Amino acid sequence: MIGRFGEYGGQFVPETLMAALAELDDAFNAARMDDAFQNQFVDLSAHFTGRPTPLYFASRLTEFCGGAKIYLKREDLAHTGAHKINNALGQGLLAKRMGKTRIVAETGAGQHGVASAAVCAMLGLECIVYMGTEDMRRQAPNVYRMKLLGAEVRGVDAGSATLKDAINEAIRDWVTNVQTTHYLLGSALGPHPYPTMVREFQAVIGHEARAQMLATEKRLPDLLIACVGGGSNSIGLFHAFRDDDVAMIGVEAGGLGIASGKHAARFAEARPGVLHGTYTYVLQDDDGQVRATHSVSAGLDYPAVGPEHAHLFDTERVGYTYATDDEALNAFHQLARLEGILPALESAHAVAEAIKRAREMPRDEIVLVNLSGRGDKDLQTVMSASGEQ
Amino acid sequence: MNRIEEKFVELGTQQRAALMPYLPLGYPTVEESQDLIRVIADAGADMIELGVPFSDPLADGPVIQHATQVALKNGVTLAKCLAMARAARDAGVTIPLILMGYANPILRYGIAAFARDAQNAGVDGLIVPDLPPEEAGAFDAATRAHDLALIFLAAPTSTPERLQKIAAATRGFVYLVSVVGVTGARAQLAADLSSFVARVRAITSKPVCVGFGIANAESARQVAQIADGVIVGSALVNKIGNGNAIQAAREFIAELRGAINHKIE
Ligand SMILES: Cc1ncc(COP(=O)(O)O)c(C=O)c1O
Repeated sequence: MIGRFGEYGGQFVPETLMAALAELDDAFNAARMDDAFQNQFVDLSAHFTGRPTPLYFASRLTEFCGGAKIYLKREDLAHTGAHKINNALGQGLLAKRMGKTRIVAETGAGQHGVASAAVCAMLGLECIVYMGTEDMRRQAPNVYRMKLLGAEVRGVDAGSATLKDAINEAIRDWVTNVQTTHYLLGSALGPHPYPTMVREFQAVIGHEARAQMLATEKRLPDLLIACVGGGSNSIGLFHAFRDDDVAMIGVEAGGLGIASGKHAARFAEARPGVLHGTYTYVLQDDDGQVRATHSVSAGLDYPAVGPEHAHLFDTERVGYTYATDDEALNAFHQLARLEGILPALESAHAVAEAIKRAREMPRDEIVLVNLSGRGDKDLQTVMSASGEQ
Repeated sequence: MNRIEEKFVELGTQQRAALMPYLPLGYPTVEESQDLIRVIADAGADMIELGVPFSDPLADGPVIQHATQVALKNGVTLAKCLAMARAARDAGVTIPLILMGYANPILRYGIAAFARDAQNAGVDGLIVPDLPPEEAGAFDAATRAHDLALIFLAAPTSTPERLQKIAAATRGFVYLVSVVGVTGARAQLAADLSSFVARVRAITSKPVCVGFGIANAESARQVAQIADGVIVGSALVNKIGNGNAIQAAREFIAELRGAINHKIE
């Protein structure tokens, strides 16, 4: 069956989109094989995005934990402040190649929206970004950034007014304007070919990190850690190491704790279902209605997970755990104080797990954490969580 | 023969198109929508599509989205929808009843259990707007085992190859989506609707029914001249959402029925 990872994935979408998905799949496969496209992607990744991003040895954090060495892959230093730009650039170029003039995107934390807006400005494409009004409130600076970059931000009030609802609206727009419009989906989820395509555009993270690690330490890391919202920064890191003897952990949003029901830890309940065009693990009630989620980080606050992760979970190639809001906030402060880096709250979930793990590992082992983005966008949230306003 | 097939045979002898309203179950209230099934049948509907609410209805515009959100707040589940179909049968409704709902609640219920329970509830068919034929294997097997018609949608963007596949896979009829877009009443019919219907007719002898966007009696009359069935959703939802749902539905269905109650030329 098309686009499956084990039993997960597929194309559960309205018929109106089926031809567009086939067209996208063809265009992506052709572009993949086309040197001109690849060269353009590599060139703009270097000169627009600022790749390669550094691999940074967090010596003070390592000392603080007293165990394994902790390295950070600095996607926070990529243009627009997160790994999201890698995929936005790839899909933007693809949309242009397909002759589409209009881009719709969804955004949770605002990072994918900002990345899409920047790429559209650079390529001269019209850009509409759907964003839940709750997320607009939480991520106000990013809303303004998108506007400055020429994008139109459309607030979504439906449902929980967060990422899930923004995706619903973006898909409805796409169903209506599919002839002129490309849907620039921001994570490794949705119908085929998105999970594969987004992974391929994000795989640069893992390829760089692997080479950088070999150059620095002359060996591979023992453990990879990345946060999992839809699953794009994590799959981008993990993919290059899939055949290596390297352990991997994906960190979901534990919110207020699993028992509270207010979280986005899809693997903690592991119920398969269909959301946004793909068969995967979905947080849902006994009647198959998709549940509201909670996380301090808007980018992890999503009830489904990319289908490749569902398969990696079943096959136990990747272990999945979660960090609570409090653990992520603590990790945010620790990284700030010890390393002079403000991580995105999403990335802080991965840092929280790294702190736990590194402590239990011998000093000659290595943990590689993907720092998926920077925390400037989260200052408001961190301030109110710290009771400073 | 399934009730849907029987109905099209009957309509064929009368040379008349089917009037097929879409009714979101649980809207505006559970009690009213239970009564509306019978009222709509009595007012002249030939079949009814019973909408099963879902939290994330991707193929729906604002009107149906809103109605199904209200239905969820009213506590409607797939199991309750089946019970409502059963109650309508017990209240004497004999026309075909078709459930229309998204894949996830059916998967959660269990496809085989759903098909069995739907048949027992007197349901005749199933439409799943986010289920293309490529993904329908388990749905197809289970619905066949319980004499339910699994009805697929065709869109203006469907390629000729896809139309072939859809026409071959669908049972009962082909559900032709008249617009590139989501559900919602449109002021006018799509300009190329008749050529779209003709393209589908050229590859199948199955009945062809048109839905999405039909706003009023005049549009319904025009569609009835080229198609075997006319599906009216958002326009009906608009009428029943403005108070006095029973009377509004009775009048609107009668008006639609009047507009398509002539023989196909
Ligand atoms: C900085 C950052 N990290 C992680 C994520 C989570 O997404 P994904 O799992 O696709 O990497 C987001 C999403 O908005 C983000 O902005």
